[in-house]
Amino acid sequence: MNIDQIKKEFPIFDNKVQNNDLVYLDSANSSQKPRIVIDRIYDFYSKEFSNVGRSVHYLAVAATNLYEQTRTSVQKYINASDKNEIVFTKGATEAINLVANTFGQKYLDEGDEVLITELEHHSNYVPWHFLRKSKKINIEFAEVNDQGEVTLEEIKKKITDRTKIICVTHLSNVTGAILPIKEIVSFAHSKGIPVLVDGCQGAPHLKLDMQDLDCDFYAISGHKMYGPTGIGVLYAKKKWLEDLPPYQGGGGMIREVKKKGISYGELPNKYEAGTMATAQVIAFNESIKFLEKIGIENIEKHERELLDYAVDLLGKNNSVNIIGNPKNKGGVISFTIEGIHPHDIATILDEDGVAIRAGHHCCQILHEKLGLPATARASFGVYNTKDDIDQLNNSINNCKKIFNLK
Amino acid sequence: MNLKELYQEIILEHGKNPRNLRKTDNFTKDAKGNNPLCGDNVHIYLKLNDNNKVEDISFEGNGCAITMASASIMTDLVRGKEEKEVKEIVTDFLDMIKEKDELSTELLNEDEKTKLMCLSGVKQYPMRVKCATLSWHTLTSAMNNSQEIASTED
Repeated sequence: MNIDQIKKEFPIFDNKVQNNDLVYLDSANSSQKPRIVIDRIYDFYSKEFSNVGRSVHYLAVAATNLYEQTRTSVQKYINASDKNEIVFTKGATEAINLVANTFGQKYLDEGDEVLITELEHHSNYVPWHFLRKSKKINIEFAEVNDQGEVTLEEIKKKITDRTKIICVTHLSNVTGAILPIKEIVSFAHSKGIPVLVDGCQGAPHLKLDMQDLDCDFYAISGHKMYGPTGIGVLYAKKKWLEDLPPYQGGGGMIREVKKKGISYGELPNKYEAGTMATAQVIAFNESIKFLEKIGIENIEKHERELLDYAVDLLGKNNSVNIIGNPKNKGGVISFTIEGIHPHDIATILDEDGVAIRAGHHCCQILHEKLGLPATARASFGVYNTKDDIDQLNNSINNCKKIFNLK
Repeated sequence: MNLKELYQEIILEHGKNPRNLRKTDNFTKDAKGNNPLCGDNVHIYLKLNDNNKVEDISFEGNGCAITMASASIMTDLVRGKEEKEVKEIVTDFLDMIKEKDELSTELLNEDEKTKLMCLSGVKQYPMRVKCATLSWHTLTSAMNNSQEIASTED
């Protein structure tokens, strides 16, 4: 694959950022958007706009078809067995909240346990915390090891008779650890426990096959997959979507509304109340096509090469301390520099056009465990090159110079 | 933008070796502050004597060079001042960071003002203004005996 060619498909790189070429190393936070996605939003609003699933006029029918085409594309992309297992949400956060709310309502009682991990993003902890408050459930944490991983053995150790659901990240947004989801699911199912996977970092970077993974729920963020903001996906096995209560009430999700009672719509409408992010859903189809055109295997290979190169280069930089060393790692490198706070690193790198993130990356539990209030993080996307990594390293050396470090 | 203005030698030096980074014995007032966006936190300890003068002031916490340097310089400057004078200095500093070009208080000498003005480099970095103001907001909380954790998010 030709990265220069791919990079040209992203208009953001056409312009200078503060007089520098943009070195964008913050894709774990949000990815940049290819022109086809941007254009699709413009075209839809300009030529094809209508609300979906309601009116019978020409535009409404066409828009509904486009909207449903994205559902089918996502289904195929993640190899779900049924298109009605794809629920659109405003993001992965809403997808997890949807499960926590509905599963919690129906299946969690006082003293029950939800098993999560110390690697989880706040969005896979806080929704469960609400249930700790409202239903007096307990949240257990599978611990991260010295390599920054959570192992199957650790998960097994934390499962008890009260464990009702296991919620794990596919790929840590801090250490980059890729968790053994298939093995975790297989073991959990042998105990009759469902598994929710936070796939925010998994979906843009790894080949997905829901039928093979066999997880019960998988949360996806559209804007990290070269798609628009305001769009996410909850994949859930059909049996769950049929079994669980609706999440939000409103138009579109009902079958019949009477003064004395209400019946709810069929899947997937049951979980899509109100007017959805129509243009974004339709444009998200272009993101899927973009990923398919390049091929996720090629993306994985490219990002693996970048990661190896970066780990090697930064590893040789004697002031840089890379956080975690997982055997199976995605394109995320969190690091610290002895004597320079991560926020200072991020500000100085920014001056060179190098965009990274600094802070706790919405993972305060993990940072507390690491004994670090903050880390700096470089994360990769399909458009990154080895030159970007070289520039990162050069800018780190500039930081050291400003702070008088050797 | 100019990094040299932000990371002046005096900031780097105070950031690396913060003054008064400890806990005052028998403090009379204290407050915690944090910047929820980035996780920086400070805890200010204030000891006022019978004449309401700052007998000692110290802080604990961690953060970036700007956060630490600002707390360090602040604690150095307000020692020996009366509480109402401290309030005037805090207001003057926050006004300067927010909108004014210069400090106007007469409670500080030119040397002290020069030191504080080193922090004005953050004005060009809106995301970093909070680093410079965190300890000052927290000092205000301490003086007001506020039980709430001071926050840079209004």
